[in-house]
Amino acid sequence: MRIGVITFPGSLDDVDAARAVRLAGGEPVSLWHGDHDLKDVEAVVLPGGFSYGDYLRAGAIAARSPLMADVIAAAGTGLPVLGICNGFQVLCEAGLLPGALTRNSHLHFRNRDQGLRVERADTAWTSSFTRGQEIVVPVKNGEGRYVAADADLDRLEGEGRVVVRYVSTTPGSGVGANPNGSSRDIAGVTSADGRVVGLMPHPEHAVEDLTGPSTDGLGFFTSVLTSLVGAA
Amino acid sequence: MPRPVADRLRPPDGARPGWSRRAGTLTPVPVVVVDVVLKPEISDPQGQAVLGALGRLGHSGVRSVRQGKHFVLEVEGTPDAAELREIAETLLANPVIEDVELHLPTD
Repeated sequence: MRIGVITFPGSLDDVDAARAVRLAGGEPVSLWHGDHDLKDVEAVVLPGGFSYGDYLRAGAIAARSPLMADVIAAAGTGLPVLGICNGFQVLCEAGLLPGALTRNSHLHFRNRDQGLRVERADTAWTSSFTRGQEIVVPVKNGEGRYVAADADLDRLEGEGRVVVRYVSTTPGSGVGANPNGSSRDIAGVTSADGRVVGLMPHPEHAVEDLTGPSTDGLGFFTSVLTSLVGAA
Repeated sequence: MPRPVADRLRPPDGARPGWSRRAGTLTPVPVVVVDVVLKPEISDPQGQAVLGALGRLGHSGVRSVRQGKHFVLEVEGTPDAAELREIAETLLANPVIEDVELHLPTD
């Protein structure tokens, strides 16, 4: 099962994302932002990093790169797309996901293991989880504060578009749940059809006991493989 | 002889909407300015940090700071207001969180 991983100039976590795809049982396929070629992949991952130096706004210029025109068109016909961190910022800038990611409320880059609660276990990227399940994956961002107008947030909540929410990793430790001031503790959202998912935390960094705080992140990648098999 | 301070403090050519002169030519070039600021309902932690610094420096009279972006565009020929508005609203600003002001040359 061919899963594309896009490399933009300034992508950092494309190799980790490809590795996560392989560990989950898929075949990672490298895609280049400057091509108009999705190489017949069955799903696409936009990795973390600082595409185009995050000039203008994080993800803004990457969202207008040649390959993104193909991704936007394919997402319109149901191609599963996962945006992680910078990839989430790109998807919001591209209009595939609602809202925007802005400077963390405390202005610090935040890098830590993060608790998340899975609010939707029926999207293309989260079906390996159960609703309400709490997982731990790393978070690392400086512009990860999810914002939207209050009316839009109400609508998103009403439509069940919040996929994962920040929760405290170690309850009672005094470490707040929310690492960046995101509205309503939102860590990730989905498109109306549940095929496009974006989140700020990094599931691809939690796929092996040796290097991650857990292997919880693997579930995002096994989910899409399962959904593709189900569709075949 | 060094230029007077007041002269050196002047904004460089093109920092305001109007007309710029391209180096080595006498042809005036239209200059368009686009200002982008966060919408009022979106909190601006950078502006708040600047406000905090002002307070520590003793400038207690400033009540609020909002930080934004200022783009200076030199364009070819007569500025096309509709096209510039599209540029401003679809690339230079993110309409989900930012307001945009377009300043065209007036004369």
